Amino acid sequence: MLETVDLDVSFASRAHKGAKIRAVNGVSLKLERGDALGLVGESGSGKTTVGRTILGLNPVTGGRVLFDDEDITDQLMGRNKSFRSRAQMVFQDPHSALNPRMTILRSVAEPLVLHTDLRGPALRERVAELLEIVGLQAQFLYRFPHELSGGQKQRVCIARAIALNPDLLVLDEPTSALDVSVQAQILEFLKSIQKRLGLTYLFISHNLAVVRYVCNRTAVMYLGQIVEQGETGAIFGDPKHPYTKALLEAVPLPKSGQPRRGQPLKGDIPSPVDLPQGCFFHTRCESSMPGICDAGPVPVTALEDGRLVRCRLY
Amino acid sequence: MTEQPFFAIRDYRLNFRTFDGVYQALDGVELELERGQSLGIVGETGCGKSVTVRNILGLLPSPPAEVVSGEILFEGRDLLMLSKAEMQKIRGTEIAMIFQDPMTYLNPVFTVGTQMIDVIMAHRRSLDRGERMTRKQAREHAIEMLRRVHLPNPERQIDAYPHQLSGGMRQRVLIAMALSGSPKLLIADEPTTALDVTIQAQILDLIAELVDDLGLSVILITHDLGVVAKVCDKVAVMYAGQVVEYGTIEQLFDDPKHPYTAGLLHSIPDPEGAATHLEGIPGFLPNLLDPPAGCRFEARCPKAMDVCRRVRPPALDLDGGHKVACHVYRPEDVNA
Amino acid sequence: MASETERATPIADLGWRERHQSTIRQVRLTIHTFSRNTSAMLGLAIVAVFLVLAAIGPWIVPYPEDALGSVNLDNKLLPPSAAHWFGTDEVGNDVFTRVIIGARVSLQIGLIVTGIAMLIGVPLGMIAGLVGGWTNEAIMRLTDVFLAVPGLILAIAIVGALGPGIHNAMLALSLVWWPGYVRLVQAKTLSLKNSIYVDAARSMGASDLRIVFVHILPNCSSPIVVKASMDMGMAILGAASLGFLGLGAQPPFPEWGAMISVGRNYLPDWWWYSFFPGLFIFLTVLGFNLMGDGLRDVLDPRSGK
Repeated sequence: MLETVDLDVSFASRAHKGAKIRAVNGVSLKLERGDALGLVGESGSGKTTVGRTILGLNPVTGGRVLFDDEDITDQLMGRNKSFRSRAQMVFQDPHSALNPRMTILRSVAEPLVLHTDLRGPALRERVAELLEIVGLQAQFLYRFPHELSGGQKQRVCIARAIALNPDLLVLDEPTSALDVSVQAQILEFLKSIQKRLGLTYLFISHNLAVVRYVCNRTAVMYLGQIVEQGETGAIFGDPKHPYTKALLEAVPLPKSGQPRRGQPLKGDIPSPVDLPQGCFFHTRCESSMPGICDAGPVPVTALEDGRLVRCRLY
Repeated sequence: MTEQPFFAIRDYRLNFRTFDGVYQALDGVELELERGQSLGIVGETGCGKSVTVRNILGLLPSPPAEVVSGEILFEGRDLLMLSKAEMQKIRGTEIAMIFQDPMTYLNPVFTVGTQMIDVIMAHRRSLDRGERMTRKQAREHAIEMLRRVHLPNPERQIDAYPHQLSGGMRQRVLIAMALSGSPKLLIADEPTTALDVTIQAQILDLIAELVDDLGLSVILITHDLGVVAKVCDKVAVMYAGQVVEYGTIEQLFDDPKHPYTAGLLHSIPDPEGAATHLEGIPGFLPNLLDPPAGCRFEARCPKAMDVCRRVRPPALDLDGGHKVACHVYRPEDVNA
Repeated sequence: MASETERATPIADLGWRERHQSTIRQVRLTIHTFSRNTSAMLGLAIVAVFLVLAAIGPWIVPYPEDALGSVNLDNKLLPPSAAHWFGTDEVGNDVFTRVIIGARVSLQIGLIVTGIAMLIGVPLGMIAGLVGGWTNEAIMRLTDVFLAVPGLILAIAIVGALGPGIHNAMLALSLVWWPGYVRLVQAKTLSLKNSIYVDAARSMGASDLRIVFVHILPNCSSPIVVKASMDMGMAILGAASLGFLGLGAQPPFPEWGAMISVGRNYLPDWWWYSFFPGLFIFLTVLGFNLMGDGLRDVLDPRSGK
């Protein structure tokens, strides 16, 4: 349903005058209808930028974005109403995603006001319906964001995002700002409405466990590139790319019996203005092969189980 | 055995005087730590974990915070009873603390070296003349500390400004600053929450190394149960100002007794993929301006009984140090 | 925090009171916080008295014909007495009457000057903040130029060019005042522009115009209100200063500054002529400043509960 082909998004760097940051570097994703694709990575990976670009919040510097096989790259930042009603975003940090001066009713009604003719009592009814779907009672219509808890605010954001019955929902760290007990409820809820409303998810997160739980496919990003992409079970169970392996090893497991000391990945994430030559990961990679890994950009290889890896080992 | 533990908090009750009333933040917190061990304090927002440790070093402003009762015992001395001057001597040299966001805790207009040297010299000021250091010696000491925390190129990085360092490096600097006074106890308040996963692994490994090699005792506050399981020896689970369960990692993770602990463990998606359904814990924190008379978790507890609403559950030592505060367990359940 | 389990009520059953519960609570909290601030309440009291006097002035003054200067030389320069509370001026007019009517004049000046300044400054500030780039540079540099010149001097210069009179004085003061709003609004707009909820609106397809009016402006309103209330006092003072210099209202127009200007010649023997208008200027400006300070404490710190 959604496809990006060699997507490139660059920004002028504020800190380093004149330098350009390639936040997204040749990213090719494919989302089928009904998929939940997890986009995983750390700071600087570009995962958030991918999500924002698809929703038209950042300009595309190179490559194409296709929606249902139609090239919409040029229309993304315009007010292309038809696309905007088919893809919506749930943002990170529910605490700032809602206008503090607007009641919940007005916040959730906004997409309806922009794209439909609903007004007055009919509009109120529809908003109340949406709130019911996310599990909030009618009283919340007239409340202000600061009166709600984090979990409730996130539900409101979800209600707002599904108001226009979109096909695609881009979720940017939807539960990172929430407590574990609330996160669990929101995640369960997201899974249930995916089936119920027939949604497709692009789920952006740095939390691997959450991605594993929600998504059937995963793409791992590092410094703007996708280093591994495929079925979630395969990637988590048998990671091929050294970065994916390091990432999985770094996650502390909530159970007893773990060794206290380990071999954590060395070094820091390189600055995006000063990218390493060749494979971006080779400076920290244990299996790095001098002469091979630092020479020229690394192409993507398709493996037998259908996944894609960007690594010279394959 | 009445041997004094290295560090203990006993029956600690603390209120905040606010505009809306008296906020009963802590209600009888009980904790213990042996020398050379690491204790994790876990809980969600509002459980009081940060409040508990801030007052160890007297960092809570005293109105509005009011200690109602309790003791914070460090090597036998009650820290709550110390004068300002005595507390000043302890900070940094006996007990040191690091915080969550290294960028906000480092002064952006001074180099790392200047800040570290200031701290080192300040620690020495309280000692006798013979033990004081010159700035040059302090600088050497600082470089040594940076080396100890595995900061690459310490001789050069000591003259760097905080914004020139990455998040992980800044946290290492904070740890180095904390170690520069040779403390016996390190308190770390969410030290890795703001860091990336791979960097977090490095910092946790560093903390584990310090515990193993230096015999440093650590109190680690976090909301992440995985972090606790990896680095700590003992763990205390807090909810609404109380410690609801306390034990070793094996005790707590393999056999969680308190319904809240069990609920938490069932809410975490498993990185290894086993979970098929996440429970979550429905409901909200009780209003601590008017807390319930009985168990504070009662309203959300799947095992709540009538007595839970009326009587606050006492802490029972079930089995070799595994303590729970829950009416489900009767004194008869206590093993030797 | 929201309460725990709530019964669901169909929307139709929600009365006006329930629907606006949040706003009502917010207003009550604001009033409560404000009322605990003694100086703010004092300011509010003074401003309230000022507004009442301005409103009903013409109907309560003992000698309404003196307002615009009737000549009554028998009564000239009488000291304060039961008949003339504030004494009389050099043509026999009751100073009390003229001071009270002056309140109305001052209020008009304050409102017009502040109003025009906001009308020019706020949109410019928002455009500068939103559009950025060269537009922003141009507007901000222009603002800097205006701000670099001391306000009163600039006003004097403008009035000097246009000729004295109350209307020119108001125009001059408005031109001096608008840059302050530009700075304030531009800064706030810049920071609000990158809020997540603005991003959300944009991703839904909201037009820039909608974003400005629905999302940015309401969140700017607090600092604007605070500034405006303090500016009222300063505008009145500014007009009085111009009047004192003979550049604003011309006697016998009952403007406080103009009155002091003439009364200056009669000091110190006939002190009441300058004293009472001066006292009223002082109290009015003080009142607006205190009230503005109180408003800032209430409105500007983050509106968490």
